[in-house]
Amino acid sequence: MTAAVTTASGGLTAPSRWNPVKRFARQYVRMPTGVAGLVVLVGFLVLALTAPLYIGANNLDVTKVNGPLLAPPSSAYWLGTDLPGRSVLLLTIWGSRASLSIGIIATVLTMILGTSIGLIAGHFQGAVSRVLMTITDWFITLPSLPLAISLAAIIGQGATSITVAIAVTSWPATARLVRAQTLAVEARPFIERARALGAGNTQIMSRQVLPNVMPLVLVSSTLTIAGAILSETTLSFLGLGDPSTVSWGNMINQAFTTGAITRGAWWYLLPPGIAIVLVVLGFTMTGRAVENILNPRMVGARS
Amino acid sequence: MTTPNPVQLEVAADVGGVGTVAPSVGRARSSFPRYLAAKLLTAAISFLFTLILGFVMFSLMPSDPVHTLTRGRPTSAAQLAELRKELGIDLPKWEQFLHFVNQVIHGRLGYSYQFSQQVTSLIAERLWPTILLTGSATIISIVLGLWLGVRSGWKNGSLFDRVSSGVSLTLWSVPTFWLGLILLVLATSTFTGVLPAGGYQTPAVDYGLVAHWIDVGKHLVLPCLTLVLVVFAQYVTIMRSSIIDELGSPYLLTARAKGLRDDDVRRKHAVPNALLPSVTIIFLQLGTLIGGAITVETVYSWPGLGYLTYEALKIPDIQLLEGTFLVFSGSVIVMNLFADLLYRFLDPRVRAQ
Amino acid sequence: MTLLEVRDLAVTYRSGGSDVRAVRGVDFTLDAGQTLGIAGESGSGKSTVALSLLRLLPVSAKITGELLFQGEDVLTLGWGKLRAVRWAQMSVVFQGAMSALNPVRSIGEQIREPILLHEKVGGRTARARTAELLDSVGVPSSRANAYPHELSGGQRQRVMIAMALACRPNLIIADEPTTALDVIVQAQILELLTDLVRESRIGLIMISHDLSVLGEVCERLAVMYAGRLAEIGPSRELLTDPRHPYTEALAGAFPTIGDAASRLAPSGLPGDPPDPAKVADQGCAFQPRCPVALPDCATRDIEAWPAGPGRLAACVHVLDKVSS
Repeated sequence: MTAAVTTASGGLTAPSRWNPVKRFARQYVRMPTGVAGLVVLVGFLVLALTAPLYIGANNLDVTKVNGPLLAPPSSAYWLGTDLPGRSVLLLTIWGSRASLSIGIIATVLTMILGTSIGLIAGHFQGAVSRVLMTITDWFITLPSLPLAISLAAIIGQGATSITVAIAVTSWPATARLVRAQTLAVEARPFIERARALGAGNTQIMSRQVLPNVMPLVLVSSTLTIAGAILSETTLSFLGLGDPSTVSWGNMINQAFTTGAITRGAWWYLLPPGIAIVLVVLGFTMTGRAVENILNPRMVGARS
Repeated sequence: MTTPNPVQLEVAADVGGVGTVAPSVGRARSSFPRYLAAKLLTAAISFLFTLILGFVMFSLMPSDPVHTLTRGRPTSAAQLAELRKELGIDLPKWEQFLHFVNQVIHGRLGYSYQFSQQVTSLIAERLWPTILLTGSATIISIVLGLWLGVRSGWKNGSLFDRVSSGVSLTLWSVPTFWLGLILLVLATSTFTGVLPAGGYQTPAVDYGLVAHWIDVGKHLVLPCLTLVLVVFAQYVTIMRSSIIDELGSPYLLTARAKGLRDDDVRRKHAVPNALLPSVTIIFLQLGTLIGGAITVETVYSWPGLGYLTYEALKIPDIQLLEGTFLVFSGSVIVMNLFADLLYRFLDPRVRAQ
Repeated sequence: MTLLEVRDLAVTYRSGGSDVRAVRGVDFTLDAGQTLGIAGESGSGKSTVALSLLRLLPVSAKITGELLFQGEDVLTLGWGKLRAVRWAQMSVVFQGAMSALNPVRSIGEQIREPILLHEKVGGRTARARTAELLDSVGVPSSRANAYPHELSGGQRQRVMIAMALACRPNLIIADEPTTALDVIVQAQILELLTDLVRESRIGLIMISHDLSVLGEVCERLAVMYAGRLAEIGPSRELLTDPRHPYTEALAGAFPTIGDAASRLAPSGLPGDPPDPAKVADQGCAFQPRCPVALPDCATRDIEAWPAGPGRLAACVHVLDKVSS
């Protein structure tokens, strides 16, 4: 696997370090879906990061806006306005910040939790491993939305509870992946050598196994983010998000609960949903392209 | 969290070892009762873990549970004390847990002050609509998903395959509730009158038996369609990768050499083998089906367990939430047990273990 | 009576953007009741030749030439006719019967399948015939409901043979039937095959990389190298008096049990078998590894020249012998 392997060595090897990255980039450019996905992602990231430059309290605070109430798209408001009169277009752009940040933070938590448990379960054979894997396997069978709802309800409304709920329901898949990879890596001879040289458990796990496991984890993280964003929007839609923040899920929640649907205000409903679909597709296609490069498959047909 | 990504599903089949079976040569078939007992034990342990999790989670409530339960309702000090005793709050945690397990086993899942009803009876009321919705959606999704998946996988790389995969991937990326809302808007504004805008049946009308079922059927169309659109894509992916895995197998060459038509080779040889890992994974998807049911029922005000969960979020109605959580988790455990038994029935190699 | 006549068979695979010529012009004939062995290393094209006889190659393979089976060209048959020929007239015993048998169907079902497909008989007749077939190959007919994983490797191979005989074909192709079996079982299987074939006067083409096995079973032997026939002729003569240096090396690589001298003979060839994608059209493909290669072997046109009664060899040294 062409992992971008790095060592602690210094500038002497600097030029050759970029070769695997360059090779990867060249292969990546040849996959149209991957490129499209990446373009979409970068686009949204740019939008999210630059939003504060042109969106301020005047556009978001319901007491400060003065647009027409729940108006269909017009030349002034390209995507129309919501119930209090805010521009839907600006809301959608601003909403990317909440959805993306929750998705990314939740994924980071998932990765940390899942990788730690997977590493420990894979490294320490015997009872520890079996117990951990039994718990992980059982956790996977738990229906995730009821669990997330219960957690979020207990912790209370808001971004924190959603983030925690997503992390708690997503870590098992990562743990399983990491465990399988840990077992594979530890079967290689260099681990035995490290042990013979007196390396302790923590050292082996962090210095030898982890760098070999990370590429796989990073690939699966793109797919995890996609799922996390979908989860965030679902939980927000069900009313578990912070009602004062603007997120895509919240927008759809408001469209639902304030009766915008029955009034046929499709312009309020469509943009956040389309944004979600685009971002999720972006992450999925990027993740798939990366996975295809690192792990190609052969296909054929017979008569 | 939600539905595993289509790519993850393909990886899961390899990594998680789902459906992989160690061949055994010339071994006698192990007894069914022993297999059943082992699986029942696993199921019981799973449920125990679930109870522990439920108990721990809900006892993490920051506020006084008695206070939360009776919020907004006038209660005397004596009633509060009575409630405390009933909930066993004054006892040490360990005993509380045993008390809790005892209650669950006897079917007493608590009381909902919001509905002024026992949780168990509430759940019993709302059970059938959910079963109707998820059952019909599952059957349609499996049939549709398997057919499309087999076709796509068999003619791997063809236009049909690429279009079908693209559609599946896009549908996975669509949030269930949003899709439901879009369909609802279309139903209410563009195609008014053809299909109802939510609910289980037309209120305040007394139909005869057949007319009643037709009425329910009409109300079922949109929620079922929404659920199918989101769920069937996973089945397409699963079946497709299963078939692709079988494509290179030598026994297919043998079947061709015997003079079978391509369709028969696919139907009689490839599909039965490809179904095996698919069956397991399909049952493992049940958790996501439940998630989909919750959001779809909420959107369409379909009076099932999912909508009940949403309503429980309002206060939040803790006992009701706990009850629905246990029921959902329990049903997944039961379904997994069923999947194990079904797998044994389908795969002769498992019978020998 | 000529059962099979192969003329100028060539098979080209499309792989990536390039063409790989796996078989580059092969001719041979087979009469009813005759046995022919095809030997060669991996990549020589021997399995491709076998599979092409029933057009079992992938869609990406292009076949040219003539395959006259019982007078009709298999390559020009319509699908319906081809499917009728498959198994009923010509059947295959594949190697590695663990994966060549459907793991979720009983062996009885799999044997019955071609019978029910090709002949208008009822289930009971098919079951009775299956039982007979199993008995004839030495598998107790009571095991008809067993699954492949419940049988040993040797038993599975016997099942494959029983299955191949199910519709009483005129020709059986055995593709590496004894690879992955241990020696004792190997001998049993070979004996079974030879007996059955002799009794029913079925034509047999056996593919193997193991020359000694082929020498035991087959009357005639063909040796393939890089998609072409290196040599063909009566097997005994071929092994004792090879006319192609490749045959000589191959024959020397397998010691004959009982012949002490063969164990001492030098064996082994330098180099690796050629990559089918990279073989040139001109010249002899064996030339890089040939111990007796002449300077112009790499460029001149090589044909299969007569090298004795009923023998052909694709080596220039044959011409020397003839002329001398």
